[in-house]
Amino acid sequence: METFGAILTQVLHLALMLAAAPLVVGVTRWLKARMMGRRGASPLQPARDLDKLLRKTPVLAENASLVSEAAPYAGFAACLVAIALVPSFARGMAFAPLSDLILLAGLLAFARMALALAGMDVGTAFGGLGAAREMSFAVFAEPALLLCVLTFAILAGTTNLDLIATTIRDGALGLRVSLALAAMAMLAVAVAENARIPVDNPATHLELTMVHEAMLLESSGRHLALWEYQSALRLTLWLSLLVAVFLPFGAAPEASGPLAWAAGLVAWLAKMGAMCLGLAGFESAIAKMRVFRVPEFLGAALLLALLAAALLFVSTGLA
Amino acid sequence: MTFGQLPYDVAHLLGGGMLLLSFMLLYQRRVGAVINALAMQGGILAAAAAWQGVVQDAPQLFLTALIAFAAKAVLIPLALRHLLRRLDLHRTVETALGVGPSMIAGVALVALAILVVLPITAGVRAIAREDLALALSVVLLGMLMMITRRNAILQVVGLMTLENGLILAAVGVAGMPLVVELSTAALVMMLLVVGGVFVFQIRERFDTVDIGFLERHRGESP
Amino acid sequence: MALAPLGAGGYTRSRESPPPVAVLTALALCLGVLVLLGALAVPLGRHRQAGRLVHGGCLIVALGFVAVALTALLAGAPAEPLVLPFGPPWAAARLGLDGLSAWFLLLLGVTGACASFFALGHPPGPARTLPPFPLFLAGMALTLAATDAFVLLLGFELMSLVSWALVAADHEKPENRAAARLYLIFAVLAGGCLVPAFGLLAGNAGGITFEAMRAAPPEGWGAAAVLALALAGAGAKAGLVPFHAWLPLAHPAAPSHVSALMSGAMTKVAVYVLARLLLDLCGPAQPSWWGIPLLVLGAGSALLGALRANLEDDSKTLLACSTIENIGFVVLGLGLALAFRGADLGPLAALAAGAALLHALNHGVFKTLLFLVAGAVLHGAGSRRLDRLGGLIHAMPVTAGCALVGAAAAASLPPLSGFASEWLLLQSLLAGWRVSDIGFQVITAAAAAIAAMAAALAAAAMLRLFGLVFLGRPRSPRGAGAEEVSAIERGALLLPTALTLLLGLFPGVLLGLAAPALRVLTGRPAEAPARGAWLTAGEGAAGYAPLAVALLLAVAFLGVALLVRRRSPNATQRGPVWNCGFIDGPFGPFGDPLAQPSAGGIAQPLRRMLGENLLRARESVEMPRPGETRPGHYASSFEDPSGPLLIAPAAALRDRIAAQAERLRDLTIRQCLSLSFAALVGLLALLAWLEAG
Repeated sequence: METFGAILTQVLHLALMLAAAPLVVGVTRWLKARMMGRRGASPLQPARDLDKLLRKTPVLAENASLVSEAAPYAGFAACLVAIALVPSFARGMAFAPLSDLILLAGLLAFARMALALAGMDVGTAFGGLGAAREMSFAVFAEPALLLCVLTFAILAGTTNLDLIATTIRDGALGLRVSLALAAMAMLAVAVAENARIPVDNPATHLELTMVHEAMLLESSGRHLALWEYQSALRLTLWLSLLVAVFLPFGAAPEASGPLAWAAGLVAWLAKMGAMCLGLAGFESAIAKMRVFRVPEFLGAALLLALLAAALLFVSTGLA
Repeated sequence: MTFGQLPYDVAHLLGGGMLLLSFMLLYQRRVGAVINALAMQGGILAAAAAWQGVVQDAPQLFLTALIAFAAKAVLIPLALRHLLRRLDLHRTVETALGVGPSMIAGVALVALAILVVLPITAGVRAIAREDLALALSVVLLGMLMMITRRNAILQVVGLMTLENGLILAAVGVAGMPLVVELSTAALVMMLLVVGGVFVFQIRERFDTVDIGFLERHRGESP
Repeated sequence: MALAPLGAGGYTRSRESPPPVAVLTALALCLGVLVLLGALAVPLGRHRQAGRLVHGGCLIVALGFVAVALTALLAGAPAEPLVLPFGPPWAAARLGLDGLSAWFLLLLGVTGACASFFALGHPPGPARTLPPFPLFLAGMALTLAATDAFVLLLGFELMSLVSWALVAADHEKPENRAAARLYLIFAVLAGGCLVPAFGLLAGNAGGITFEAMRAAPPEGWGAAAVLALALAGAGAKAGLVPFHAWLPLAHPAAPSHVSALMSGAMTKVAVYVLARLLLDLCGPAQPSWWGIPLLVLGAGSALLGALRANLEDDSKTLLACSTIENIGFVVLGLGLALAFRGADLGPLAALAAGAALLHALNHGVFKTLLFLVAGAVLHGAGSRRLDRLGGLIHAMPVTAGCALVGAAAAASLPPLSGFASEWLLLQSLLAGWRVSDIGFQVITAAAAAIAAMAAALAAAAMLRLFGLVFLGRPRSPRGAGAEEVSAIERGALLLPTALTLLLGLFPGVLLGLAAPALRVLTGRPAEAPARGAWLTAGEGAAGYAPLAVALLLAVAFLGVALLVRRRSPNATQRGPVWNCGFIDGPFGPFGDPLAQPSAGGIAQPLRRMLGENLLRARESVEMPRPGETRPGHYASSFEDPSGPLLIAPAAALRDRIAAQAERLRDLTIRQCLSLSFAALVGLLALLAWLEAG
């Protein structure tokens, strides 16, 4: 029965994530538009766009190779597996033993590599530029993320996301300065990984600012749909990850029934809505930074995460 | 009191928030943003003092909190903004040491503070030990800011952070006498410094204008 | 004679197995065949079939190494060494194998087999490269099979000298001559440090066998001196920062299959010597801080190597720099194992040592693959320079597929082999805080950040390599006329590709195989950090199941492809490239190659973000004034810090010493005599002092 419950929650979770991803993007865009005094498109618009793109015939460049055709699927598959590992409304899903944070970083790196390869496939200037910048940002984001993982590993004794979320939810840790510092660092990493303002602007095609969009210039039709869906999944994944680690309250515990799942779902939706609101507010208030200031931004995140770990070393030494 | 108990956790978190804001002060490049961060730090200091007042059951700390909030979160930032507008100072921060290196130096200073405080206070309860380390870190970061920034306003900001750190340390220790008096005296000193900078900046401003005036006229008469 | 079973816990299988002298006899036979091949290659050199004979023989012998190593690992290591009927004057030479050397012999066999196989299909190089190749293999195998310091150093020096001949093989080019000279200098440095290190271990009694050294572990300043000398000696051969200056020059200078062997196996043999010296011969009682120098040097190597790999514009130099990075990872693992062992954290020591061993093997295989790919590209498209290649995925699909697997493994992407060992390494770094010393904790946290940064840098470098060589459009006429390599070469590429995939999917099995080696490194019967198909860290707190991940990825890939194609059945169309409406000039069949990103352009973000600080990178852009018709000019360069910080002062010191030594030539005969007399008296006094003390 427990196994069945675990598998059922896993399937429901995956379906929820696939349904929620375009909606998260749509809601964020809508909120941002409202904050800037525009009416904004309906939150369902990204889903409609995806469907429209899927029905179009993809056009590939004459010298595009198999990479251009396979990379969207590979990247999407990696994102899908990654998001299946991040708990949402319930704990103890079927893949919970796999949900290691380092593996999660590896899967996201896999998706990033697929995107960068597709960007370089045709040999256009923008594709190469975007790929080089994307990989360079990751050079600063990954150590910051790993140091956040170190903080969790010290507090919870594991790098397994499900166990970390359970430990923090149980409240045995209390409010920790280290967790606050790690949360700041992880927010910065999430902003960079999702190519949001101030690191990249998801809404422009202006040459000087774009990173993520630059790699997609040559894709069209279902390939473009897959890339767009994938970036929506990645945004949902990061928000969900932040929620799971730093706001783990309300989620259904392991081996619980449908009632607890429903409660967990409501809590998750509320928390994700709050995250979208926060993201939209942050993006409306702040300007994009120059590309070569991004290392400073992520370097600050790295230092904060290091500080979080160092403070923990002190307090573990005290105990 | 250890981790997991609310009074300690909140105090610790507020101290950590002050440290975080000290880092934000170092990170910012625009003077306006620096002043905003300073105001937020003042607000957190007031909250920390008030919380300590609740925890230690010491009503005089509420007075400290009130003074800190009024002066540091509201008045002084407003005055600095006014100064900024009136003198039309450079809006970007002029640094003697780049932002990246000063952040790294900041982390090193925090490590130093931890290493210094922990062995000294070996017999004391954990709460005081870590809060003392945090407060010392804030003080050191304020000094760092004073020596790495060229702009006089930013040096004042550094001094204010330093003072914030001192008050954080003072309110964190239960039974410390004369906390209110100390913090008020420090505040008066701060106000004097701000006023001094006002005067100093204006004089320097006239000086530069004066020199510019002379330079402009030199070219006309060969 | 207890070579293998160190722990009192015993290793039951070694008792049950038949007396495995046969294993050692086979090993000795293999060595003999290699020496014979080397000797035969001299008279046969110019014969058309000589290459085939030599490389075919090497392939068979390398497979023999694999068989020997697997037997030793599975059936237990032979307890008694094989005594050869000849040797140095004081004792007969002996060959032996224990878990550690068998593991590295497995690596040598796999790498050697792939390299020899590739050489079979490659067009024959100059005849002078033939004799050193089998001797190079023999030198490495002899180093691994040694049971005393003499044989080990003999094999080590044979390996160094013969590989010098291979580096200098193409000596018409002045840069290759310079590389060979630098290589020789560092080889001498390595030997010059290892001999006194073993001398210190042997002590006054002069017992140069390993068991004698183990019986009397060094203490105090002697132990510290062994640590420093071993790091300098083995580090100089492994390409550890700061002794790495030769590696990016020497590895590309050799023929590709030799580069593969040098990067894949030779650096690992040096790592083996380091591990043997520090983790085995110095005894298990060394303190925890011994790990710190290894951690610092390993982290430095990882960062510097990975960053340089992003800036180089020669494919083989890029791969050589990536080797520095991976050696850094292996040394990080060894350093952590030392520290954990010193702090009495046995399972964590096994975790870190397992990471080091697994990464050594994984890197050996995927780096061999990548160097062979570079060789195939050089053969098929005529260049190693990234700026002269491009679009080869169309002309060389098999090579491109193999390269993609190798690059993804080097970029440590799941579920390939690089990620498995990287996962173990990061897990052991994340466990560094369990050593209750705040200095060490901070160092491991910093090392963890640097390791993650180096892994991301490696991913960027591998994307740059694959993207510039295989994607895009050809950048030169020669590159446009590229052809796929021969069937044998393709086979030789597919072999390590398949191995990379397998090693990635079954790391748990491999760690089970490495249990004897882990026992040597941790000094006690150690549980390998694996359970079935899972890699585990700590007390089952976190796990990684590569097979499950691969399966999930495959299911997701197929499922998404199926569903999407159902919703979107239209076939793809081809059209001219969009490129924001920009139209290339009419230069060739694929437009102007210069309108593509160049090697320098892809490197630009990292050069500015990290290179300017760490490698003194510079770039200059010279734009023509409006109206001028000359082209703009862009130049970028960087300088490795080891140049001005290590090489230049060393060269200056050498010049000063030479100038001083020149003065000796003017001495009178009486002064010459008194000089030698003083030396004699001094040595006698030293001997007297040592005997007294």
